Formats: sequence, structure tokens, C-alpha cells
Amino acid sequence: MTDKLVTAIIVVIAVPAVLVGYIWGTEQALRLVSERMKPRIRPWLWLLPAFGFLGVFLVYPMIGTVVTSLQDKFGKKFVGLTNYAWFFGSDDALTALKNNALWLIFLTLLTVGLGLLIAVLVDRVRYESVAKSVIFVPLAISMVAAGVIWLYMYGYSPPGAPQTGTLNAAIGAVGISPVPWLQVESFSVNTFALIIVMAWMWTGFAMVIISAALKGINPELLEAARVDGATELQVFRGIIFPLLVPTLVVISTTMIITALKAFDVVFTMTGGQLKTNVIGTLMYQEMFSFGNSARGAAIAVVLLVAIVPIMFFNISRFRAQEAIR
Amino acid sequence: MTAIASAEATSSAGKGWFARNRPGIGLHGAIVFLMIIWLIPTVGLLINSFRPGDVASGSGWWTAIFPPYAFTFENYAHVLEQSNLGTNFLNSLFISIPATVIPLFVAAFAAYAFSWMEFPGRNILFVVVVGLLVVPLQATLIPVLKLFATWGIAGTLLAVWLAHTGYGLPFAIYLLRNYMGALPREVFESAAIDGASPVTAFFRLAIPMSVPVIAALAIFQFLFVWNDLLVALIYIGAVNPDNLPLTVSIAGLVTSIGGGTQFLGAAAFLSMALPLIVFFSLQRYFVRGIVGGSVKG
Repeated sequence: MTDKLVTAIIVVIAVPAVLVGYIWGTEQALRLVSERMKPRIRPWLWLLPAFGFLGVFLVYPMIGTVVTSLQDKFGKKFVGLTNYAWFFGSDDALTALKNNALWLIFLTLLTVGLGLLIAVLVDRVRYESVAKSVIFVPLAISMVAAGVIWLYMYGYSPPGAPQTGTLNAAIGAVGISPVPWLQVESFSVNTFALIIVMAWMWTGFAMVIISAALKGINPELLEAARVDGATELQVFRGIIFPLLVPTLVVISTTMIITALKAFDVVFTMTGGQLKTNVIGTLMYQEMFSFGNSARGAAIAVVLLVAIVPIMFFNISRFRAQEAIR
Repeated sequence: MTAIASAEATSSAGKGWFARNRPGIGLHGAIVFLMIIWLIPTVGLLINSFRPGDVASGSGWWTAIFPPYAFTFENYAHVLEQSNLGTNFLNSLFISIPATVIPLFVAAFAAYAFSWMEFPGRNILFVVVVGLLVVPLQATLIPVLKLFATWGIAGTLLAVWLAHTGYGLPFAIYLLRNYMGALPREVFESAAIDGASPVTAFFRLAIPMSVPVIAALAIFQFLFVWNDLLVALIYIGAVNPDNLPLTVSIAGLVTSIGGGTQFLGAAAFLSMALPLIVFFSLQRYFVRGIVGGSVKG
């Protein structure tokens, strides 16, 4: 029990003390250098801990992944771009790419759209915290549990048998015959069913961050517009929305990346069967089911490259932000 | 410090503004409708977690609302009887708290530097950091595990804290830099003129003014770590089972029984309790006008 107590003290007191102590210590250390050098050295001291963590846990493994992607499946000799050629020539991979495109578009639209709508709506009612908590709950559920929950929702029995799936029971009540949601390949119905599960979980995420940004808007600004006779819609379009744009870009970028990395929901609910594979599950299958980590690594690199255009958009936006502040 | 005092004043003025704009019936209808849609799946699982396994798999959860009633606490009793649950719960706390605090601090330092300090390559480095968001976790596990073994910290809590910090940083830096970068320049300029060092400006101005976004980040990071299975399993699992968190024992509970979905429901609701408490307690920091009033001060 005493070592648990020691751990608890480390956890609550020592860890924050070390962190605050570090940044305070940098300022003491900077006294040793000339006044002119201080602003040149200081930023790097502030960035050092972050770059250390990122270097060890993300950059270093990623470099290893790039090297692996250029080798054969035994990691013995270099085979150039063979693994990439396989990726862009395989039907499975192209299906996964198409599905990821659907994920990217619809997951982002649903989560950001609904998150914005809910954040703005609940901002005006007294029971805001209750409403926000309800939308937030799915995010607190682990992925495995969420998968089980939605297997109950999408449950299917043949027509005539009693339906235990919520959705099929609901449409059965108005006379529509049951649909095996996770098995219909045409029009990617099963992929959309999976996207809805993910959107149910992540709308709360978008809502919380948009709501935090909404609270940062100066209320006097809105008041002034209303005094000048602006309608609620004009206030939203003219003031609230433009001020939220930076946050919406951050959330959209995050959701695009979440869509590109989609894995858990597909893995637990369909296992990528019936053309529901995405890049993440395809990578997992290559790495762990087929033991071809070189192809898996190539897929990871493709994922990394797919994000480059979005990053360029972000760079230009940050330049614009600096120009106006 | 006047900045913070006046911020509080404007936040109470904000409340008055809302009282004067009474929402209509359509607004309430829309919100309640969305709440019901969001609740149905969870309520279904909640009800099924109180039903015997064979009954739950044979009929829809809504049939349980009507008599004859067949509720049971058996599923919860079974989950709670697991001998290690208390230890695992404590481990989850010991993992989650530092794995939330460390990335928040480290990200705040970096975000402040990216927002308010001049140095060559600033934009490029920032884009690289955000680009790291896309690195798939699965691709990093084996190289990092080898590193931990070399350093001799595989299986310790420290290893998991460090790993979660690394994985959580790109998003934390991205979100914080976006928020801090949008703070008014005047505040930092006048602080510098008054002779405040960057450390003072950081702790007295940047952090207090970013409270809503820090609260949001703290909630998410805590949640991801609390619900994480993979990282704990790989970095602790094999070496030191005494340090394993709640998620691992719950996952073991479900798979060892084989399809015990009714236990999963009970386990899911037990493990959800703490993240929801964290959400409720941090929600009060989403206060209006923290930035709004600061420029005048």
C-alpha cells in the first residue's frame, strides 16, 4: 500500500512541479546569456520538451516505417516502390480508398455540422449543460462497447420474424420491410451505417470545442449588433460564424484525419468484410493477418502523404491570422 | 490581473443578455429531439445490461419497459466480483492523471512559443507537428517498445505516461496554438512593456485566458487515456500485469466468457462513470467572455 501512496504523491505533486520547474528554470538559465541572445534561444527551450516527445514517439517510428515500406516482406532487401505499386494496383486497396473518401466527406460534414448546430442551439437555453452532456456521453463509451450498442441498433432478422434491432423494429412499425444495414453493399449502405456510428460518437467532440470557442466571443460585440437592429440570423452570419471559422478549420482538419485513420468501428462491426474496408483496417490485415509489414508500412506512408494538401491550407490560414491580430 | 477581474464582470453581463432573449418553442423542440436521438442507442444498452443474457438476445430492449418485468443485477454483480477491479481502477487513475497533465503542460509551452515568439522555421515546424496527427498508432508500437526495453522502463507507469504524452501532443499543440494565437496582441505587448517576463505572461495571461480550451483538452486527453486498451496492453501488459488499467480487465472479462455482451453493457457503464464525472466537473470552466473583457484592462 505504501508504494501506491508514493505513486499517488508523484502523480499529484511531483509531476506538475517538474513541469512548472522546467519552464521557470529556463528563464533562470537565460540570465547567463546576453540580452540580445535571449529571444533567439528562448523559443527553443520552450519547444524542447514537445519536440523530444514527438521525436521519440512519432518521428522516429515513422522514419522506420518509411524504410520498411521500401523493403520486401522479410525486411531483407530493398525493393524500391514495389509495395506502393501493389497498393495502387489492387482492387481491395482502391475500394478502401473510395470508402475513406466517403468517410472523409460525410464524417466531417456530419460531426462539424451537427456539432456547430448543437453548440449554437444549446447556448441559448438554461439546460445547456444537460443537453451537452447527453450529446457527449457516446464519447465516454469505449469503442468495443459502442460497437455492441450499434449491433443492437442495426440488428436484423428475416422478414416475418420479430425484429430485435431498434432500427428495423422502428421501420417495421410503419410497414417497411427490414434491411440488413451492415450487409447491403449497393450505394455503400453498410459503409454509411458505420460512418453514422462514428458520427454519433464524435459529434460531442466537435460540439465541446466549438462551444468553448463560442464562449470566447465577446458578448458586447453581439449586444452592439442587436442594439443596432440586427436579427439573430444576421448576428450569426455576420459575427458569430466568422469568429468561429478558425475553430471550425481546426475541427474539420481533426475530423478529416480521424476519418483517414478510421479503424476501430470498422474492425469491431464488420471486420472490413463486404467492401467496408478502409485504409486503417487494410493496413492491419496486411501487417498482422498476412504478416506483410512492408505493405502495411507503405499504406501508413500513403496515409501520411494524403494529409499534405490539408496542411498547406492550414499554413496559409495561420499566416492570415497573424496578419490581422 | 485587472484583465481577469474584468473578464469575470463581462461573463455575468453575458448571462443577462441571455435572459433577455427567451428561446422559442421550436428551439426547445429541436434540442429535445436531438437529445432523444443521441440517447436511444445508449439507453438500449443500459436496459439490456439489467436483463438476463438469454432474454436480452431474444427480444428488443424496448419490450423490457412493459410487464412482465425481468430485471436483474446479476450482470453488475458478476463484473464487480472480478477480484482485481479495485486495483485496476486505481491503476487507471494513476495512468490517466499524469498522462493528461504532462501533455497539457508540454503542449501549452510549445503552443505559446508557436504563437508569441519569433524564430526561424516557425510555420514549417508547426505544420510538421500537426502532420504527425496522422501517424497511425499501430505503426509506432514495436519500435517504441524496443526503446522502452533498452531504457529499462518497459512495464512501468512512466512508460505509459510518456507514450500517451507523445501520442496526445500533436492535437493538443494544434488546438492550443489556434486558441492562444487568436488572443489579443495588446495584452502581451502591454505586459512586456510593464517588464513581465515570458514566464509571467504565460502563467498570468495566456493560461488564464485559455481556460475554456484547456478544459476541453483535459477532458479529451483524460477520456482517450482512460478508454485506451492498446497502449496499456502493449507497453505494460506482458511485463508487469500489476500495473494494468481497468480497460484491460474489462476486455478480458468479455472475451474469456465468449460473447458475454450483457456483461459488456454492465462493464461499459461502470467504466464510463469517471469520465462523465470529469466532464461534468470541468464543464463549468466553459464560461463566456474570458477573452472578451481582457483588452480593456
